[in-house]
Amino acid sequence: MRLYRSHVLVGMDTFTLLAGARKVKEHLIRQIEKRGLSDEIKVLETGSLGITNRGVVLLIYPEGCYYVNVKPEDVPEIVEEHLLKGRTVQRLLFKGELERKAVALPESPLDVRRQSRVVLQNCGVIDPENIDEYIGRGGYEALERALFQMKPQEVIEQVKRSGLVGRGGAGFPTGLKWEISAKVASEEKYIICNADEGEPGTFKDRVIMEGDPHRVIEGMLLAGYAVGANKGFIYIRGEYALSIQRMEKAIKQAYEYNLLGSNILETNFSFDLEMRKGAGAYVCGEETALIESLEGKRGEPRNKPPYPGTCGLWGKPTVVNNVETLANIPSIIVKGADWFRSLGTKETPGTKLYTILGHVVNQGVIEVETGITLRKIIFDYGGGMKNGREFKAALVGGAAGCFLGKDMLDVKMDYTTLKSYKAVLGSGAVLVMDTSTCIVDMLRCILDFFKRESCGKCVPCRMGTDRLYRLIVDISSGKGTKDHPKLMLELAQMMNKASFCPLGQSVLLPLSSAFKYFEDEVMEHILDKRCPAGVCKMGEK
Amino acid sequence: MVSLTIDGKPIKTKKGSTILEAALDNGIEIPHLCYHKGLSVAGACRLCLVKIKGRPGMVASCLTEVAEGMEVIAFDEEIDETRRLIVELILSEHKHDCLVCEKNGQCELQDLAYRLGIDRVRFSVEKPNEELDNSSEVILRDPNRCILCGRCVRSCAEIAVQDVLKFANRGSEMFIIAGLNQLLAETDCVFCGACVQACPTGSLTEKLARFQGRSWEFRKVRTTCPYCGVGCQIELNIKDDRIVKVYGVEEGPENKGHLCVKGRFGFDFVHHEDRLTTPLIKRNGEFEEASWDEALDLVATKFSQLKQKYGSDALAGLSSAKCTNEENYLFQKFVRVCFGTNNVDHCARLCHSSTVAGLSRAFGSGAMTNSIREFEKADVILITGSNTTENHPVIGSLLKHVARYKGVKLIVVDPREIELTGYATIWLRQRSGTDVAWINGLMNVIVNEALYDEEFIKSRTENFEEFKKVILKYTPDRVEKITGIPKRKLIEAARMYARAKKASIVFAMGITQHITGTDNVLSLANLAMLCGNVGKEGTGVNPLRGQNNVQGACDLGALPDVYPGYQKVSDPKIREKFERAWRAKLSPKEGLTVVEMMNAASEGRIKVFT
Ligand SMILES: Cc1cc2nc3c(=O)[nH]c(=O)nc-3n(C[C@H](O)[C@H](O)[C@H](O)COP(=O)(O)O)c2cc1C
Ligand code: SF4
Ligand code: SF4
Ligand code: SF4
Repeated sequence: MRLYRSHVLVGMDTFTLLAGARKVKEHLIRQIEKRGLSDEIKVLETGSLGITNRGVVLLIYPEGCYYVNVKPEDVPEIVEEHLLKGRTVQRLLFKGELERKAVALPESPLDVRRQSRVVLQNCGVIDPENIDEYIGRGGYEALERALFQMKPQEVIEQVKRSGLVGRGGAGFPTGLKWEISAKVASEEKYIICNADEGEPGTFKDRVIMEGDPHRVIEGMLLAGYAVGANKGFIYIRGEYALSIQRMEKAIKQAYEYNLLGSNILETNFSFDLEMRKGAGAYVCGEETALIESLEGKRGEPRNKPPYPGTCGLWGKPTVVNNVETLANIPSIIVKGADWFRSLGTKETPGTKLYTILGHVVNQGVIEVETGITLRKIIFDYGGGMKNGREFKAALVGGAAGCFLGKDMLDVKMDYTTLKSYKAVLGSGAVLVMDTSTCIVDMLRCILDFFKRESCGKCVPCRMGTDRLYRLIVDISSGKGTKDHPKLMLELAQMMNKASFCPLGQSVLLPLSSAFKYFEDEVMEHILDKRCPAGVCKMGEK
Repeated sequence: MVSLTIDGKPIKTKKGSTILEAALDNGIEIPHLCYHKGLSVAGACRLCLVKIKGRPGMVASCLTEVAEGMEVIAFDEEIDETRRLIVELILSEHKHDCLVCEKNGQCELQDLAYRLGIDRVRFSVEKPNEELDNSSEVILRDPNRCILCGRCVRSCAEIAVQDVLKFANRGSEMFIIAGLNQLLAETDCVFCGACVQACPTGSLTEKLARFQGRSWEFRKVRTTCPYCGVGCQIELNIKDDRIVKVYGVEEGPENKGHLCVKGRFGFDFVHHEDRLTTPLIKRNGEFEEASWDEALDLVATKFSQLKQKYGSDALAGLSSAKCTNEENYLFQKFVRVCFGTNNVDHCARLCHSSTVAGLSRAFGSGAMTNSIREFEKADVILITGSNTTENHPVIGSLLKHVARYKGVKLIVVDPREIELTGYATIWLRQRSGTDVAWINGLMNVIVNEALYDEEFIKSRTENFEEFKKVILKYTPDRVEKITGIPKRKLIEAARMYARAKKASIVFAMGITQHITGTDNVLSLANLAMLCGNVGKEGTGVNPLRGQNNVQGACDLGALPDVYPGYQKVSDPKIREKFERAWRAKLSPKEGLTVVEMMNAASEGRIKVFT
């Protein structure tokens, strides 16, 4: 193996690709060649480096030095100054201790929270398109251990004991879910990886798939072994071009290494894996609608019970798990349930990926132990409010989430705690808003989303979402009456009780929490025909 | 049985039924719009929400199974309020033109709105008026009155099994689409009207009935469809002695509400202007209107004269399998008593006489051995000589339904690619006229592989050894040569039929109308007996007959060789019995069949036909 003096890691995720990462990489290689440094310096591709919305990001080892907003024309300077002469290019450097702490950086001598990276431990470290790098970092060790040293029931026990709950939103205990399917006698069973990630403001699953696709495959294999399934599907959001490409490549490589297919590692365990692309319906992230869609039908939820665990895809027992849930499994198997329980809170141990968005300094995905407060997410990892403005609210859990005001800043962001406040963690999206945001306008966007995404199957949601949207447009255009909020709550409460699936049921959450925290602001729109934040154009519709 | 209470009222119901079914069966009218008996359950309108003691929130009663000791609350203030708001939402974009709506008075939405006392409609939206789909001759689609309950979609998919109507788009932009957003007349629609019957509102209506009468003006008459041998039960809606529309009777044992285009919409002939309303007498080469007395006198005189001149056997009468039992009885009695001949026959002679001949020999009766709805209980159905979806559409739909939804495997043996071959697990394509050979071929495989029902053969059949001798000659190789059916497929079909717990055979005129028709039928009967597929639910040998009263016409003796009840004309004891009953001298000679009558007429031996 050749030893290189320096490694340049080019973060290749959806953001950096759009910012021109490929071009930067090509320039780097060319410049390095031109200077005859090809034997000393290696350029590598990796997943997200954890820094979002800062253009192309490079990480240079051994210094552990990050460059952001790198343009092709900056490349000669970086090669000349940094790689040849050993002087950092100050103007491109990712600076500041606070900012540096704020993102989930890959392992580096400076990273103090190395231990909290479970799901993202390889992300930004390995080349996601190379299975050997995953294996080199302990990949597929869990599979090997399970296949050769553990009975399926032991795998389930370990997952159960770890206390892992689903990271897709509902927070159902994963081990229990597996056990239910394992107990059903059936020739055919299925594992579905829910990679539809449709929740607005959430892209954590994408970061995992782009950065460490084999971890997801290994998680599915372990699930398959545990419940006795021989076939898996990854239902992936159709717009996730890079995730699709990397997952596809990873599947191909895993087949080549006999980590997928028949008689995996010469055992009698066989597992086939296919990927199916979603067509952009939010509701198809709901597990039963997802299954209908996989079966080639209209994406509408099914009645529960029966739950997919006993009667899912083509009527067979089916485990549906979120990407992040599955990506936790390999570590749980290798390091044990106790290790996992030592992370995070007692009720929901482990780490959690949060997507931080909105008016914060640092946007992006972080992985931290559960139990972190909203304040820490925003002011520590998020780097605080952008442009020094005041915090107004955070929408936690996506469109189907809850507005949390200032008084909730110190609440722990985990499933159980939030539930006790009648809020939800959902997908872990944290949309931060400062005082320039108008709540009525936010609600308008949210209700527009629900109106578009309602599948239309049931009356309360199909018509309710449409009417709620019309009513909020009234308010935001100065045509609201005093009855509007009452009518809206009446509708949303009925939808909450009567809708067929959680999509329609959950509209009440953002609506009632917004009305609760910002009643005055809403009433100002109605009574004074004035938008305090100056966002709504009153008088227009 | 399961015991539960609904609003305190104790109820006993079948295990596995839903709360809604249990309630409706017991006269508790839980509101609902998307539920329709006989269709799958959607749970979409959310009107049937109820509470169950000990469970949080509300559940859709149409989707929730009853459980022992369950305490259901079907009506309370919160539930009523929820239901009212849902109906209010539906009304808020429904076209309010009950005044001229065909469904006025029998619209489920109207009834519900009234019952729930919806006296205000908030949330109203202006929706542009959609154009009507007027393309079909019999069905009118008005999207403006559609409440998207999906009953039409489900009936088209599950009852008609035609998949013409579907949901398109989603959310508030959802609508019902026909075909690829085409006019109904341009789609695969067969105009069976299952969707019309299922629609709770005026969105799908009978076009011919438009403005012909209000729902409360109709006199309703239940009868049997005048067309094919399925015998669907229909309900005529009559105003001023005119049939305005026809519904399928949901309790109809054969059709369970389903009808085909003929039964539902093909009644215009009844009041057609070309029909005769008075007798006509030909005078000087021209038909002239006459009174009944005139006409009957004329006919009676002429018949009597001719009978005197040429003898009784120069007279003949043809009855009809489309007539009632009473009419058939009277007619054959008239021919036998007044004409004094047994020259009476009817149309069944031309379609299924070979069935009658074959099946009477095998089982003693020429009818279907099993009832139509038992197809749902079969595991395998062998269909041959029947383009069922064309000729017996309601049974055709049922066969498609059982193949798609009940996991019943179809074996279709037909030289043509018919609609049912698309639903078949195995399709055998025989050369025309080689039916005995392939049936023997199936039996050859079954005998050779010992797949037959020994017990049944021992206790219920005769001459098995002799039968075997013949069968063993029909090896798959030889049969392949005769019939063109690949040996492999023949064997596969034989195994599938023989291994099924319950296998049924369906046939029609593709089997009977051959010179070997009777043998074809007998062979099918043998096949069924070989595997013990007789006398059990979901099995049997089932001829699909052509007319709606073939059975009655035969039973009542509209046949040249038998009196009512298949009593032989040639038996002197029987003849004497009828002579006593009818107080007339009867001919001891068997009469002519339809075909013989025609030949005799052309030879001048028959002078009078009626
Ligand atoms: C409207 C709706 C959308 C959903 N979208 C997603 C999604 O995009 N990804 C996901 O993993 N789960 C989604 N879920 C949750 C899934 O139904 C399901 O609970 C989850 O995939 C289970 O995986 P877990 O146990 O690993 O969390 C959604 C649920 C609803 C009601
Ligand atoms: S609540 Fe009803 S309309 Fe809305 S997405 Fe779920 S099933 Fe579809
Ligand atoms: S008439 Fe029959 S085939 Fe046509 S759309 Fe209606 S149910 Fe379907
Ligand atoms: S046309 Fe009638 S049956 Fe079909 S969805 Fe509309 S209201 Fe329901």
